Amino acid sequence: MAHYELTTPVSEAQIRQLRIDDTVTLQATLFGIRDAPQIHLFDRGRTTRFDLHGHAVIHTAPNVKKVEKSAAHPAGYAPVCIGTTTSDRMERFTRPLMTQYGVRIIIGKGGLREDSLEAFRELGGAYLAVVGGTAALETTWIEQIEDVDLDDLNPESLWRFRIRNFGPLLVAMDSHGGSLYRAVKQDAQARRAEVLASLGVKAT
Amino acid sequence: MRIDLKTVEETARELYIRALKILPPDIKDGFVRLAAQETAPTARNVLATMLTNIRVAEDTDNLLCQDTGVPIYNVVIGSAVAVDGHALKQAIRRGCERATREYPLRSSVVHPLTRKNEHTSCGVEVPVIHIDYSAMPQTLLIEMIPKGSGSENNSFLKMATPAEGIDAIKTFVIDCVLAAGGKTCPPTIVGVGIGGTSDLCVALAKRAATRALGSRCGDAEGAQLEVQLSAAVNQLGVGPQGLGGDATAFAVHIELAATHITMNPVAVNMQCHSARRATATFTPAGVSYGF
Repeated sequence: MAHYELTTPVSEAQIRQLRIDDTVTLQATLFGIRDAPQIHLFDRGRTTRFDLHGHAVIHTAPNVKKVEKSAAHPAGYAPVCIGTTTSDRMERFTRPLMTQYGVRIIIGKGGLREDSLEAFRELGGAYLAVVGGTAALETTWIEQIEDVDLDDLNPESLWRFRIRNFGPLLVAMDSHGGSLYRAVKQDAQARRAEVLASLGVKAT
Repeated sequence: MRIDLKTVEETARELYIRALKILPPDIKDGFVRLAAQETAPTARNVLATMLTNIRVAEDTDNLLCQDTGVPIYNVVIGSAVAVDGHALKQAIRRGCERATREYPLRSSVVHPLTRKNEHTSCGVEVPVIHIDYSAMPQTLLIEMIPKGSGSENNSFLKMATPAEGIDAIKTFVIDCVLAAGGKTCPPTIVGVGIGGTSDLCVALAKRAATRALGSRCGDAEGAQLEVQLSAAVNQLGVGPQGLGGDATAFAVHIELAATHITMNPVAVNMQCHSARRATATFTPAGVSYGF
């Protein structure tokens, strides 16, 4: 269980060193993405001007305030509250994010499934778990909204955040086939019969 | 007692923002209880981060979670309260819209087919407004619940049969908690609706999921089942955020209604650990806020 400080963009080798139960703190740049932008990128043929190679994306749609563009607010948005949404809905976008855009890190909550795990293994990626529902804390790790693309989808735009000490995040799925979610799910399923028996449910 | 609709609008605005910022004390107590009992190291860290977040939200006067949810207003009108019900609903809607525009909050509400976001947290039939009546003469209550989508997306209904009995209810609850895993942002309040019609059963599950911790089902049999199921779900090992551990749920809550001789409906609706709600009470003395 090692701790890593990573500055984005990262290399494949940096990702390959991560193992489940390690922790990571990220520096520099983080992209905010979620349902709508991925539907538009991968189902509707749109593209983004952002270069996501080696980068981390977080499943989010922030609360923001529209402000005058300035050095402090180059995109014309000030952060209000930025947190993380449930990743599972976006399972099918993991592979195209990696193959078409070169993304290496997905940050989310609740985990992704087997196809994503296989993509991480094959292409060199990792899923870092943030504690869902702790957006007030996460907001303190975000220095600035640097840029925004696909903003017609607001608040589901594609956001570029400047971050500082973003974490610690838990490596929950790694590039070696390790997944905390799979392990927990298998363990919970194994306990099911015993739990039902404790409730007096007759075996079916 | 006459209700001033301008005050209702202001209150509906204030309630949305308050609910998003201040976690009710019973939920905070629930965290302390779960943290004290937790045995898994990762789960202990996760719970500690959740407690830190509650403190940061208060210290920085920020929202607890970025998900502003689907806004729900539950209104209870006392017997000696004079109010135009239609105008009351419009005033609540205006307050909800103003909170979103003026704070500003993220509008999480879109048209279900076009997916167009009006940036008002409002749309067809939203905010959800439920009106009920009570015997409390000089009192009007408005409860606001921003219902987050991570938990709401894990909502389930089963029209079981009488022959499947209570075993079907228990099995369904356990299987729903397993299916939800970490997607609902556990630890959750697992709301269970039992009986009624299909629509009432689902509504009961929502009412159960949004009840204060420590409250009990009004029916003795239901209350007993709550105790059994609360212990059982925390034996599954799903844990906070689905990362393993003891603290899968704060509690299982049950609400029930009579049902048909041929029916045995059960519904599950979950509330995430950011179990937000706020209440305003209108009396002749004015408006007071609580949970």
